[in-house]
Amino acid sequence: MPRTLFDKIWDLHLVGQRADGRDLLYIDRHVLHELHAHHGFAYLQKQQRKVHRPDLTFAVQDHTVATKPGRDDDTNPTGAAFIKAMREGTRRNGIRLFDVGDPEQGISHVVAPEVGIVLPGATHAVPDSHASTVGGLGALAFGCGTTEMTHVLATQVMALKRPKRMRARLDGRLGAHVSSKDVALRLIAELGVAGARGYAVEYGGSAILAMPIEQRMTLCNLNIEMGGRSGFVAPDDATFAWLAGRPYAPQGAMWDRALEHWRTLITDDDAAFDREVVLDCHALEPQITWGTDPSQVVGISGRVPEPATLDASRRPAAESAFAYMGLQPGTALLGLPVNRVFIGSCTNSRLPDLEVAAAVVRGRRVAAGVAAMVVPGSSTVKREAEAAGLDRVFRDAGFFWGESGCSMCAGGNGDRGAPGERIVSTTNRNFENRQGPKTRTHLASPATAAASAIAGRIADVRQVLAGAA
Amino acid sequence: MQPFSSHTAVAAPLLRDDINTDQIAPVMHGRDLKEDYKVTLFYRARRRDDGSEDPDFILNKPQFRDAGILVTGNNFGAGSSRESAVWAMVANNIRVIVAKSFADIYRENCLQNGVLPIVLTAQEADDLTARVVAANGAAPFTVDLVSQRISGPGGAEMPFDIAAADRIRLLEGLDDIGLTLKHMNEIASWEQRIAAAQPWLQTAKDSR
Repeated sequence: MPRTLFDKIWDLHLVGQRADGRDLLYIDRHVLHELHAHHGFAYLQKQQRKVHRPDLTFAVQDHTVATKPGRDDDTNPTGAAFIKAMREGTRRNGIRLFDVGDPEQGISHVVAPEVGIVLPGATHAVPDSHASTVGGLGALAFGCGTTEMTHVLATQVMALKRPKRMRARLDGRLGAHVSSKDVALRLIAELGVAGARGYAVEYGGSAILAMPIEQRMTLCNLNIEMGGRSGFVAPDDATFAWLAGRPYAPQGAMWDRALEHWRTLITDDDAAFDREVVLDCHALEPQITWGTDPSQVVGISGRVPEPATLDASRRPAAESAFAYMGLQPGTALLGLPVNRVFIGSCTNSRLPDLEVAAAVVRGRRVAAGVAAMVVPGSSTVKREAEAAGLDRVFRDAGFFWGESGCSMCAGGNGDRGAPGERIVSTTNRNFENRQGPKTRTHLASPATAAASAIAGRIADVRQVLAGAA
Repeated sequence: MQPFSSHTAVAAPLLRDDINTDQIAPVMHGRDLKEDYKVTLFYRARRRDDGSEDPDFILNKPQFRDAGILVTGNNFGAGSSRESAVWAMVANNIRVIVAKSFADIYRENCLQNGVLPIVLTAQEADDLTARVVAANGAAPFTVDLVSQRISGPGGAEMPFDIAAADRIRLLEGLDDIGLTLKHMNEIASWEQRIAAAQPWLQTAKDSR
């Protein structure tokens, strides 16, 4: 019987079924972060249990770490206890920690692929809803809660109900300065914030095939913003080339053997999906959110929608978003004055994201009155960007250039906007108060964020580069 | 985990869809690993800009201060996977959430903590909401997991569905990790088999 790639990965990892009917799914790689890990370590200690596979478990300090140059554990006073508990817990349990100061520290979803911890066809768990970022490499990932994380620590399996399968086919060639961030925002707008709830999503189509791996990761990262726990792209030659030689990936003869298997990781012709959606990306312009959930999206040339044009079910949320965002229906997004710009987060902080932003910024200045900030997704990204001189480009233009971490995405490290500020951000959630109390977040691509920093207002990168804005 | 059989409490209506975990349990910026989850629950929604209590927020109204059941719309618990968004419910003795639908991870987190997530059809949910609004906290509702019924003022008993396995887990307060530990032999044999068939999955070493 023809099978989807999802089913192939699931079936391989199926250890057994519990008495309550849940599938026990083996987790090949488990990555912890400091906000949640201490709960798990404390539980195991109390129960006198061990981590079942510390050698398949990794840990990263990312949510609470400061981004100030020269930072240490205490630079963010509300992070110190978490950072120290993580260090102590991983030491006691024999887990490799990418600690503050480690040359490979960074955001878990950036670090794990970068060092080759993530592999095509492997299962992956992180106590963070953006776990499926690594689906960009063809891994099947699950964001989880704290108790589920502890469950994986103790057993190396998750007890899951098999989700349904969705295929999202993204067709067409992306226009200049349009990226997978724009594609993802448009897809979330079309399907809604619960559109993929209960599904594992396979992304395919010509737009995906042409997408560099980092952009595939951005797309899979945003899968949870339409309610999907797992989203992935079938691995291809671009994936294998990207992964080859990374330190934790298989090497030599083992690589060859793995590669042979990875080439079978495709959905069979005629395999059935529970739902199929198609998005034509051919004429897509840069996208931006106007409201307070990631489905409230318009093209950059668009306007805040009139309630009458919205589906009735979306009107109450829209009304509340108008008030929170300080926007009237019918207002054009282009030209709205911006107070702050943030480029970073597990969504858009990899080297190509910074290269795109730097290309916009090069030789220009951040507009007066705009606080602009770049936080590389990992210390490796930071080092590579500096080697290419990107830090100079950003600094010369007036950007803050920070140490790696989650930073302003959720503000867990104290990096936040001030009340009332309008922020263009390359992150994943524009929820109320997310980037600081009463902040007004517009989600967009690195190119749009960079262009808006230069213009001092929400800008179309194509116009900024043409000198027309 | 605290077993759940029946819960009698005031029910409060949260008449919105897509209430996310940032709203339910915002990042609190505490310096301590131990957070006061009772305070965390809807921390921002409960307060006005000057930090004083917002009397208009539903759970601040005198009749709903001790609410132990929430009735809400679609996609409750969207967003971050933070389990504090369920611990904050438990800390406030909210043991039942009735919704038109739940975000996947949030529903799992409820089951891990003895909180009963009930999904009703839109029509049933609207009927129950109307009764909860009409009761206005004056009389409690009872949610009984043994008989799978909701009862209370303003109408007949209302049956609800829940997967048999989830029901038993809540009724018996079963520890999820304990359930899986019974399968460690199967886990070990899977590891052995895969170590031979796809060895790269069973090792993650730094090759440098």
